[in-house]
Amino acid sequence: MGIGTRDKDMHGFANPRRFLALARRLTPILVGVGLAASTAAILWGLIAVPPDRLMGETVRIIFIHVPTAWLGMAGWGTIAGASLAFIVWRHPLAALAARAAAVPGAVFTALCLVTGSIWGRPTWGTWWVWDGRLTSMLILLFLYLAYIALSQAVEREGASARLPAIFGLVGAVNIPIINRSVVWWNSLHQPPSITTGGSSIDGVFLWPMLIALIGFTCIFAACVLMNMRALLAQTQAEARLRRRAMEAEAGA
Amino acid sequence: MSVTSNSTLAPKHQRLILVLIALFVLIAAGLLAAWGLRSQADYFYLPEDIAENPPEPGRAIRLGGVVQNGSIRTLNDGVTIAFAVVGREGNAVPVTYRGIVPDLFVEGSGVIANGRLAEGGTFEAETLLAKHDENYTPRELEGLSDEAMHEVLEESAAQ
Repeated sequence: MGIGTRDKDMHGFANPRRFLALARRLTPILVGVGLAASTAAILWGLIAVPPDRLMGETVRIIFIHVPTAWLGMAGWGTIAGASLAFIVWRHPLAALAARAAAVPGAVFTALCLVTGSIWGRPTWGTWWVWDGRLTSMLILLFLYLAYIALSQAVEREGASARLPAIFGLVGAVNIPIINRSVVWWNSLHQPPSITTGGSSIDGVFLWPMLIALIGFTCIFAACVLMNMRALLAQTQAEARLRRRAMEAEAGA
Repeated sequence: MSVTSNSTLAPKHQRLILVLIALFVLIAAGLLAAWGLRSQADYFYLPEDIAENPPEPGRAIRLGGVVQNGSIRTLNDGVTIAFAVVGREGNAVPVTYRGIVPDLFVEGSGVIANGRLAEGGTFEAETLLAKHDENYTPRELEGLSDEAMHEVLEESAAQ
């Protein structure tokens, strides 16, 4: 039945009012800034940016590919950070944040793989190769799908929320592997352009890319907040239904 | 354990230490696995790998490196091209290829060839993939001085 564990989990939701008030105020700001910044950056990238010396016009996909790749990894970073907070401080909102980041993270990872593939065909001459970077990014997508399935199963069956949290922490091992894959191994994907030593991307590409990065990140954050509110509302509605059912039973 | 018997350590701190130790072990295990994979997970051989450890002729391998400057030429049959691939240490492997080359296949740029080594030491490529490097430079700005580059940038910003 799992009602016992759910009630225990509910304990921390006793007063999520402060979080809800904050989330309600932040969401429209994040959506507005996110849509404005990413639309502006993509338009800038499509219209005003000159073609690349070698790749020509295809370089323009960078303004979508790089932000989606960043959010694919930052999404798992959110899951891992929130899972750590949940395991250590047992704050139920942390478990909720981890669950809420999973679907947006998976969507951005899938977008990264698709845009990368579309970019790879004209540049490299192939849609897909099994090199270190592409393979580790595909594994990230599978990790997301597994995490989503696991957290849904845990929710449905009423098992401990620590299960997906541990999976979220273990899966974080893949993130530094994705980041280092092009350095450790010979790969078709080029080495990192932006390192602590600076950027080898010319300013005309770099600035719209950074603005797109900020815009996409705001949209991601808004998705996570909205998802958290939806999950909270769902939990509260279920608790209310249970209480009504119990009252009706007591009355009968 | 002495940690658990020590009542001054709050449970959340115990959990924090435990999780941090677990994370440390996990990352160490991940690094160890990546280290174990280090050469098996390479997507291609560099020319120096082939010089050091020549694969038997006829085995399908991938060769990667940079197309040597001034090495691309068309053979007498008119469709086969020949060029040399160099690695980080200056070893060069001669390559032949029949077919359409990718747009980014130019001298001084990265290339990955699927194929096999022939008896004479020439690499016969079946497919060519172009490898892009980490530099993104607009077409107009290549070869311009900083001043000229700024002028072009201002022009494009004014448009």
